[in-house]
Amino acid sequence: MSVQGRRQSNKRPAARFAPGEAVRIATRPVLGHCRTPWYLRGKMGTIAQVHGTFRDPERLAYHRPGLPAQVLYKVRFKQSEVWDRYPGPAGDHLEADIYEHWLEPLT
Amino acid sequence: MSPNGHDHDDHDHDDHDHDHAHPHAPPQKDHDAGPVGAYELLEEAVRSLLIEKGVLTAQEIAAQVDLMDSRSAALGAKVIARAWVDPAYKRRLLKDTRGALAELGIDIGTLAAFRVVENTPKVHNVITCTLCSCYPKMLLGIPPAWYKSLAYRSRVVVDPRGVLAEFGVEPPQGVEVRVHDSTADLRYIVLPMRPKGTRDWSEADLAALVTRDSMIGTAIPAAPGKPKGASKRKAA
Repeated sequence: MSVQGRRQSNKRPAARFAPGEAVRIATRPVLGHCRTPWYLRGKMGTIAQVHGTFRDPERLAYHRPGLPAQVLYKVRFKQSEVWDRYPGPAGDHLEADIYEHWLEPLT
Repeated sequence: MSPNGHDHDDHDHDDHDHDHAHPHAPPQKDHDAGPVGAYELLEEAVRSLLIEKGVLTAQEIAAQVDLMDSRSAALGAKVIARAWVDPAYKRRLLKDTRGALAELGIDIGTLAAFRVVENTPKVHNVITCTLCSCYPKMLLGIPPAWYKSLAYRSRVVVDPRGVLAEFGVEPPQGVEVRVHDSTADLRYIVLPMRPKGTRDWSEADLAALVTRDSMIGTAIPAAPGKPKGASKRKAA
Protein backbone atom coordinates (compact mmCIF):
# COMPACT_ATOMS: atom_id res chain seq x y z
CA MET A 1 0.00 0.00 0.00
CA SER A 2 1.34 3.39 -0.84
CA VAL A 3 1.93 5.92 1.89
CA GLN A 4 -0.93 7.89 0.42
CA GLY A 5 -3.30 5.01 1.08
CA ARG A 6 -5.14 6.55 3.98
CA ARG A 7 -5.25 10.10 2.79
CA GLN A 8 -7.61 11.99 0.60
CA SER A 9 -8.46 10.28 -2.66
CA ASN A 10 -8.68 12.17 -5.92
CA LYS A 11 -12.40 11.71 -6.24
CA ARG A 12 -14.22 14.37 -4.30
CA PRO A 13 -17.88 13.63 -3.77
CA ALA A 14 -19.84 16.72 -2.83
CA ALA A 15 -20.46 17.08 0.88
CA ARG A 16 -24.07 16.23 1.72
CA PHE A 17 -24.11 18.39 4.85
CA ALA A 18 -23.04 21.96 5.47
CA PRO A 19 -21.72 23.58 8.66
CA GLY A 20 -24.57 24.36 11.06
CA GLU A 21 -26.83 21.57 9.81
CA ALA A 22 -28.38 19.27 12.41
CA VAL A 23 -27.60 15.57 12.11
CA ARG A 24 -28.16 12.35 13.98
CA ILE A 25 -25.58 9.57 14.23
CA ALA A 26 -26.90 6.34 12.79
CA THR A 27 -27.62 3.47 15.16
CA ARG A 28 -27.19 0.56 12.77
CA PRO A 29 -25.10 -2.36 13.95
CA VAL A 30 -21.64 -2.97 12.57
CA LEU A 31 -19.32 -5.91 12.45
CA GLY A 32 -15.62 -5.26 12.55
CA HIS A 33 -13.63 -2.06 12.33
CA CYS A 34 -15.61 1.14 12.68
CA ARG A 35 -14.60 4.67 13.68
CA THR A 36 -17.99 5.84 14.91
CA PRO A 37 -17.90 5.51 18.71
CA TRP A 38 -20.77 3.62 20.31
CA TYR A 39 -21.45 6.38 22.81
CA LEU A 40 -22.42 8.76 20.01
CA ARG A 41 -24.84 6.51 18.16
CA GLY A 42 -28.34 7.91 18.02
CA LYS A 43 -27.11 11.27 19.35
CA MET A 44 -27.99 14.56 17.74
CA GLY A 45 -25.35 17.11 16.83
CA THR A 46 -24.52 19.82 14.35
CA ILE A 47 -21.93 19.94 11.60
CA ALA A 48 -19.04 22.08 12.83
CA GLN A 49 -16.68 21.63 9.91
CA VAL A 50 -16.28 19.70 6.66
CA HIS A 51 -12.83 18.11 6.82
CA GLY A 52 -12.67 16.80 3.27
CA THR A 53 -12.68 13.36 1.73
CA PHE A 54 -10.97 10.32 3.12
CA ARG A 55 -10.96 6.67 2.20
CA ASP A 56 -13.44 4.60 4.17
CA PRO A 57 -11.63 3.02 7.15
CA GLU A 58 -14.28 0.31 7.43
CA ARG A 59 -13.07 -1.01 4.08
CA LEU A 60 -9.41 -0.04 4.37
CA ALA A 61 -9.19 -2.17 7.50
CA TYR A 62 -9.87 -5.25 5.38
CA HIS A 63 -7.44 -4.55 2.56
CA ARG A 64 -10.06 -2.94 0.35
CA PRO A 65 -9.28 0.33 -1.44
CA GLY A 66 -11.65 2.19 0.87
CA LEU A 67 -13.75 3.47 -1.98
CA PRO A 68 -16.05 5.21 -2.40
CA ALA A 69 -14.20 7.72 -0.26
CA GLN A 70 -16.29 9.35 2.45
CA VAL A 71 -16.65 12.97 3.36
CA LEU A 72 -15.47 13.43 6.93
CA TYR A 73 -17.13 15.95 9.25
CA LYS A 74 -16.41 17.44 12.61
CA VAL A 75 -19.68 16.98 14.46
CA ARG A 76 -20.43 19.04 17.54
CA PHE A 77 -22.55 17.66 20.38
CA LYS A 78 -23.89 19.26 23.50
CA GLN A 79 -22.52 17.24 26.38
CA SER A 80 -26.01 17.24 27.89
CA GLU A 81 -27.24 15.53 24.69
CA VAL A 82 -24.54 12.87 24.86
CA TRP A 83 -24.85 12.07 28.57
CA ASP A 84 -28.08 12.11 30.56
CA ARG A 85 -26.29 13.11 33.74
CA TYR A 86 -23.47 15.29 32.42
CA PRO A 87 -22.08 16.98 35.53
CA GLY A 88 -20.77 20.17 33.88
CA PRO A 89 -22.47 23.36 32.67
CA ALA A 90 -24.78 23.46 29.65
CA GLY A 91 -22.19 25.26 27.52
CA ASP A 92 -19.80 22.30 27.40
CA HIS A 93 -19.44 20.42 24.12
CA LEU A 94 -17.86 17.37 22.61
CA GLU A 95 -16.66 17.16 19.02
CA ALA A 96 -15.87 14.02 17.07
CA ASP A 97 -14.91 13.27 13.47
CA ILE A 98 -17.63 11.24 11.78
CA TYR A 99 -17.81 9.93 8.20
CA GLU A 100 -20.79 10.87 6.10
CA HIS A 101 -22.30 7.38 5.86
CA TRP A 102 -22.93 7.52 9.61
CA LEU A 103 -24.85 10.80 9.47
CA GLU A 104 -28.61 11.12 9.07
CA PRO A 105 -30.29 14.43 8.29
CA LEU A 106 -32.51 15.94 10.97
CA THR A 107 -35.16 18.08 9.37
CA MET B 1 13.28 -21.02 33.13
CA SER B 2 11.00 -19.56 35.72
CA PRO B 3 9.72 -16.04 35.08
CA ASN B 4 12.55 -14.38 37.00
CA GLY B 5 15.20 -16.45 35.33
CA HIS B 6 15.82 -18.28 38.58
CA ASP B 7 15.82 -21.84 37.41
CA HIS B 8 16.86 -24.31 40.02
CA ASP B 9 16.44 -27.51 38.10
CA ASP B 10 19.54 -27.52 36.03
CA HIS B 11 22.26 -26.25 38.25
CA ASP B 12 23.69 -27.48 41.44
CA HIS B 13 24.72 -25.68 44.53
CA ASP B 14 25.85 -28.30 46.94
CA ASP B 15 27.36 -25.83 49.29
CA HIS B 16 24.15 -24.05 50.30
CA ASP B 17 20.40 -24.35 50.24
CA HIS B 18 18.15 -22.09 48.19
CA ASP B 19 16.71 -19.94 50.86
CA HIS B 20 18.78 -17.01 49.70
CA ALA B 21 18.89 -14.13 47.34
CA HIS B 22 21.94 -14.34 45.22
CA PRO B 23 21.66 -12.75 41.82
CA HIS B 24 20.79 -15.35 39.24
CA ALA B 25 18.79 -12.72 37.43
CA PRO B 26 19.10 -8.94 37.40
CA PRO B 27 17.00 -7.30 40.15
CA GLN B 28 14.88 -5.60 37.51
CA LYS B 29 13.31 -7.84 34.95
CA ASP B 30 14.18 -7.19 31.33
CA HIS B 31 11.21 -5.61 29.60
CA ASP B 32 11.24 -8.23 26.87
CA ALA B 33 11.97 -11.21 29.09
CA GLY B 34 8.45 -12.65 28.88
CA PRO B 35 7.09 -14.96 26.23
CA VAL B 36 6.76 -13.48 22.75
CA GLY B 37 3.18 -12.38 22.08
CA ALA B 38 1.14 -13.04 18.96
CA TYR B 39 1.38 -9.42 17.80
CA GLU B 40 5.14 -9.36 18.21
CA LEU B 41 5.39 -12.48 16.06
CA LEU B 42 3.04 -10.95 13.53
CA GLU B 43 5.10 -7.73 13.42
CA GLU B 44 8.29 -9.68 12.94
CA ALA B 45 6.77 -11.81 10.19
CA VAL B 46 5.39 -8.80 8.31
CA ARG B 47 8.63 -6.86 8.74
CA SER B 48 10.70 -9.78 7.44
CA LEU B 49 8.40 -10.17 4.47
CA LEU B 50 8.52 -6.46 3.60
CA ILE B 51 12.32 -6.59 3.64
CA GLU B 52 12.48 -9.90 1.79
CA LYS B 53 10.22 -8.66 -0.98
CA GLY B 54 12.12 -5.43 -1.32
CA VAL B 55 9.24 -3.15 -0.23
CA LEU B 56 11.32 -1.64 2.57
CA THR B 57 14.88 -1.98 3.71
CA ALA B 58 15.96 -2.62 7.29
CA GLN B 59 17.73 0.76 7.16
CA GLU B 60 14.49 2.53 6.22
CA ILE B 61 12.67 0.89 9.13
CA ALA B 62 15.46 1.84 11.54
CA ALA B 63 15.44 5.39 10.18
CA GLN B 64 11.68 5.68 10.77
CA VAL B 65 12.06 4.40 14.33
CA ASP B 66 14.78 7.00 14.88
CA LEU B 67 12.58 9.71 13.40
CA MET B 68 9.74 8.89 15.79
CA ASP B 69 12.17 8.76 18.73
CA SER B 70 13.55 12.16 17.77
CA ARG B 71 10.14 13.81 18.03
CA SER B 72 9.34 15.47 21.30
CA ALA B 73 7.00 18.07 22.68
CA ALA B 74 9.76 20.64 22.10
CA LEU B 75 8.71 20.63 18.47
CA GLY B 76 5.12 21.46 19.30
CA ALA B 77 6.27 24.10 21.79
CA LYS B 78 8.27 25.84 19.07
CA VAL B 79 5.15 26.02 16.92
CA ILE B 80 3.02 27.40 19.75
CA ALA B 81 5.59 30.05 20.66
CA ARG B 82 5.74 31.19 17.03
CA ALA B 83 1.97 31.47 16.94
CA TRP B 84 2.07 33.56 20.13
CA VAL B 85 4.52 36.09 18.74
CA ASP B 86 3.32 36.19 15.15
CA PRO B 87 -0.46 36.67 14.62
CA ALA B 88 -0.18 36.10 10.87
CA TYR B 89 1.58 32.80 11.51
CA LYS B 90 -1.15 31.85 13.98
CA ARG B 91 -3.81 32.46 11.33
CA ARG B 92 -1.96 30.27 8.86
CA LEU B 93 -1.46 27.59 11.52
CA LEU B 94 -5.18 27.45 12.26
CA LYS B 95 -6.16 27.45 8.61
CA ASP B 96 -3.48 25.31 6.96
CA THR B 97 -1.65 23.44 9.69
CA ARG B 98 0.46 21.31 7.37
CA GLY B 99 1.69 24.33 5.45
CA ALA B 100 2.39 26.36 8.58
CA LEU B 101 4.38 23.51 10.11
CA ALA B 102 6.36 23.12 6.89
CA GLU B 103 7.32 26.79 7.22
CA LEU B 104 9.18 25.84 10.40
CA GLY B 105 10.78 22.87 8.68
CA ILE B 106 8.48 20.37 10.37
CA ASP B 107 7.34 17.50 8.19
CA ILE B 108 4.34 15.74 9.70
CA GLY B 109 4.30 12.95 7.17
CA THR B 110 1.38 11.85 5.10
CA LEU B 111 -0.49 9.46 7.36
CA ALA B 112 -2.74 11.97 9.07
CA ALA B 113 -4.02 15.50 8.69
CA PHE B 114 -3.46 17.94 11.55
CA ARG B 115 -5.75 20.48 13.16
CA VAL B 116 -4.92 23.11 15.75
CA VAL B 117 -7.67 24.11 18.17
CA GLU B 118 -7.27 27.41 19.95
CA ASN B 119 -7.95 28.07 23.60
CA THR B 120 -9.62 31.42 24.20
CA PRO B 121 -11.01 33.18 27.27
CA LYS B 122 -14.28 31.43 26.40
CA VAL B 123 -13.15 27.94 25.30
CA HIS B 124 -10.82 25.39 26.83
CA ASN B 125 -9.99 22.48 24.51
CA VAL B 126 -8.89 18.99 25.49
CA ILE B 127 -7.87 16.13 23.21
CA THR B 128 -8.49 12.41 23.42
CA CYS B 129 -9.12 9.38 21.25
CA THR B 130 -11.73 7.07 22.70
CA LEU B 131 -11.33 4.43 20.00
CA CYS B 132 -7.62 3.80 20.38
CA SER B 133 -5.05 6.41 21.31
CA CYS B 134 -4.51 8.66 18.29
CA TYR B 135 -1.99 11.34 19.20
CA PRO B 136 -0.02 13.97 17.27
CA LYS B 137 3.26 12.06 17.64
CA MET B 138 4.94 13.98 14.85
CA LEU B 139 4.63 17.15 16.96
CA LEU B 140 4.58 15.87 20.54
CA GLY B 141 6.60 12.66 20.45
CA ILE B 142 5.59 9.42 22.13
CA PRO B 143 2.38 9.87 24.18
CA PRO B 144 2.40 9.55 27.96
CA ALA B 145 1.02 6.29 29.36
CA TRP B 146 -2.00 8.02 30.91
CA TYR B 147 -3.09 9.36 27.53
CA LYS B 148 -3.41 5.79 26.29
CA SER B 149 -5.11 4.53 29.45
CA LEU B 150 -8.71 3.39 29.38
CA ALA B 151 -9.35 5.57 32.43
CA TYR B 152 -8.35 8.83 30.71
CA ARG B 153 -9.95 7.99 27.37
CA SER B 154 -13.28 6.99 28.84
CA ARG B 155 -13.50 9.51 31.67
CA VAL B 156 -12.42 12.62 29.80
CA VAL B 157 -15.45 12.45 27.51
CA VAL B 158 -17.94 11.74 30.29
CA ASP B 159 -16.58 14.12 32.92
CA PRO B 160 -13.91 16.34 31.38
CA ARG B 161 -14.00 18.87 34.20
CA GLY B 162 -13.46 16.13 36.77
CA VAL B 163 -10.46 14.80 34.85
CA LEU B 164 -9.04 18.29 34.25
CA ALA B 165 -9.34 19.07 37.96
CA GLU B 166 -7.13 16.05 38.67
CA PHE B 167 -4.52 17.72 36.46
CA GLY B 168 -5.00 20.96 38.38
CA VAL B 169 -6.93 22.66 35.59
CA GLU B 170 -10.28 24.15 36.59
CA PRO B 171 -11.91 26.26 33.89
CA PRO B 172 -14.63 28.54 35.32
CA GLN B 173 -18.24 27.45 34.73
CA GLY B 174 -18.64 30.20 32.16
CA VAL B 175 -15.81 28.82 30.02
CA GLU B 176 -16.85 26.11 27.56
CA VAL B 177 -14.92 22.89 27.95
CA ARG B 178 -14.66 21.36 24.50
CA VAL B 179 -13.52 17.75 24.20
CA HIS B 180 -12.14 16.63 20.84
CA ASP B 181 -12.47 12.90 20.25
CA SER B 182 -10.05 12.28 17.38
CA THR B 183 -11.92 9.34 15.97
CA ALA B 184 -10.73 9.45 12.37
CA ASP B 185 -7.98 10.74 10.08
CA LEU B 186 -7.13 13.94 11.92
CA ARG B 187 -4.76 14.62 14.76
CA TYR B 188 -5.35 17.52 17.12
CA ILE B 189 -3.12 19.81 19.10
CA VAL B 190 -4.24 22.57 21.45
CA LEU B 191 -2.97 26.11 21.01
CA PRO B 192 -2.97 27.33 24.62
CA MET B 193 -3.40 30.96 25.58
CA ARG B 194 -0.21 32.94 26.01
CA PRO B 195 0.39 33.42 29.72
CA LYS B 196 -0.04 36.89 31.12
CA GLY B 197 3.11 38.72 32.07
CA THR B 198 5.10 37.45 29.09
CA ARG B 199 4.72 40.48 26.90
CA ASP B 200 8.39 41.13 26.31
CA TRP B 201 9.52 37.50 26.37
CA SER B 202 11.58 36.01 23.57
CA GLU B 203 10.17 33.28 21.38
CA ALA B 204 12.63 30.77 22.86
CA ASP B 205 11.68 31.70 26.44
CA LEU B 206 8.01 31.38 25.54
CA ALA B 207 8.58 27.94 23.99
CA ALA B 208 10.07 26.80 27.29
CA LEU B 209 6.71 27.51 28.96
CA VAL B 210 4.76 25.29 26.59
CA THR B 211 4.44 21.82 28.08
CA ARG B 212 3.30 18.66 26.39
CA ASP B 213 0.18 18.54 28.55
CA SER B 214 -0.72 22.11 27.67
CA MET B 215 -0.89 21.02 24.03
CA ILE B 216 -3.16 18.09 24.98
CA GLY B 217 -5.31 20.43 27.05
CA THR B 218 -4.61 18.94 30.47
CA ALA B 219 -2.42 21.84 31.58
CA ILE B 220 -2.23 25.59 31.21
CA PRO B 221 1.13 27.17 30.58
CA ALA B 222 2.05 29.64 33.26
CA ALA B 223 4.87 32.13 33.54
CA PRO B 224 6.95 31.57 36.63
CA GLY B 225 6.98 34.52 38.99
CA LYS B 226 9.23 37.04 37.32
CA PRO B 227 11.04 39.52 39.50
CA LYS B 228 9.26 42.42 37.89
CA GLY B 229 5.49 42.38 37.96
CA ALA B 230 5.38 39.13 39.87
CA SER B 231 2.22 40.27 41.60
CA LYS B 232 0.48 40.47 38.25
CA ARG B 233 0.94 36.77 37.68
CA LYS B 234 -2.45 35.20 37.28
CA ALA B 235 -1.87 33.02 34.24
CA ALA B 236 -3.36 29.83 35.55
